[in-house]
Amino acid sequence: MANSLAGFLSELGEVGLLTRDFARLLVRRPFEARLLIEQLDNVGVKSFTVVNLTAIFSAMVLALQTGTLLGKFGAKIYVSRIIGLSLFRELGPVLTALMIGGRVGAGITAELGAMNVTEQIDALRALGANPVKKLVVPRVLATMIMLPTLTLIADGFGILGGMLIGVAQLGLGANYFLGSLMQMTQLSDVFGGFLKAAVFGYIIAIIACAKGLGASGGAGGVGRATTSTVVTASVSILVSDFFLTKVLLSL
Amino acid sequence: MRQERSPAPFFSIRGLEKSFNNKPVLTGVTLDVEEGETLVVLGASGVGKTVLLRHLNGLLQPDRGEVRVRGVSLNDRDEEQLAELRKDVGMVFQLGGLFDSLTVYENIAYPLREHTAWREREISRRVGELLAAVELERSGKLYPAELSGGMRKRVALARALALEPKAVLYDEPTTGLDPLATRKINLLIRNLQRRLGFTSVVVTHDLRSAFAVGDRFALLDGGKVCFMGNRETVSRAEDGLMKEFVEAAL
Repeated sequence: MANSLAGFLSELGEVGLLTRDFARLLVRRPFEARLLIEQLDNVGVKSFTVVNLTAIFSAMVLALQTGTLLGKFGAKIYVSRIIGLSLFRELGPVLTALMIGGRVGAGITAELGAMNVTEQIDALRALGANPVKKLVVPRVLATMIMLPTLTLIADGFGILGGMLIGVAQLGLGANYFLGSLMQMTQLSDVFGGFLKAAVFGYIIAIIACAKGLGASGGAGGVGRATTSTVVTASVSILVSDFFLTKVLLSL
Repeated sequence: MRQERSPAPFFSIRGLEKSFNNKPVLTGVTLDVEEGETLVVLGASGVGKTVLLRHLNGLLQPDRGEVRVRGVSLNDRDEEQLAELRKDVGMVFQLGGLFDSLTVYENIAYPLREHTAWREREISRRVGELLAAVELERSGKLYPAELSGGMRKRVALARALALEPKAVLYDEPTTGLDPLATRKINLLIRNLQRRLGFTSVVVTHDLRSAFAVGDRFALLDGGKVCFMGNRETVSRAEDGLMKEFVEAAL
């Protein structure tokens, strides 16, 4: 118990130190645009399919479940509102973050971990380059930019999925579905989700980088670090979502 | 008559101590490396040779003691201050440390792109020279995964020399290589050192390679330097670990 608490605190310390270096080097010239673009592609463009498939099918299930339930009370016209609010506020950012945590977080840890155990990180330092500037800054920044962007797109695809069920299964009109959803959704809902996604992006990437740079002990060590990133990032997303929701609802 | 003043040592290590997870590795290493010489650090596997080497360019910071490079202490320097120093101190890693996502050409060009404002033509000329120096003229477009162990070490050497450093650190440069590749690396190290005159520190457990490249030899045991001498005193060592080392190698 004491050991796991010490381990947790030491990991938290590493993430804290890495955050400090990230913030300091983020504004330091030269700005590594090429590295950032590479990561934007890796984090964003290559996650497009998996994130949107998740959003479509989750929203379709939500529509089916709520539609069936609300239908019993003659209230299935509210399905679109429930879909809209759930997607923008919670499902969009959280599901997208969990998928990115798995796909991108694991990828970052495995890549940096493998570089670490094959002396490539030390080689970078020995060549007078800063690994945080070269590896961490582009990855964290790219994830913080792409996660909100992907979330907005996933929200759109999710609404399409929900509408498909609304129209085909529940007999709601497409125009009515969208109109009702738009009427209920406020800009603050979209903005709140956007903000959450940016925070989740930071959490995923900084944890993944810290664990990758701290990996040791060959292939086994890289494997353990990668698993640990997915677990830690997923739990951190859900825990921070609670607190972010508390804050956003009180505004 | 005016007294000749000997120049300050390139690397000066005083009372260096380092532990990992409360396990002491170095327990008080004191050592000088003179400008232009090749010092070989010998010792059994796991005795802390690599740990010692990594203190010379600040990849590790000592728990106690001090490392000076040309009179300048490395203690408590941040990464940016160390980055400046590292332009003058190249390092060849045991596994090569080549960036596996970059070609051989890009690996060697990396320090040039990082620290010079050279145009592509100048970079290409310099990389060409370095590839020729390590006899790998035709391998520029290959990736590290496509190279043999010996070739990888030679690319690592070319990359370490790119910025014309004043000193080069070698971590087990011949470990894991076949006898021919070992001889080739040893000759390269010796010839480049003679031609360019830089200071070298070579860490190895292979006495044959040590004799092929070294001027002076330090034997590390129990976290300290337990023997220090030149070729002659090493081969004449009459007792202790150094003698065992020589006998085992012959």
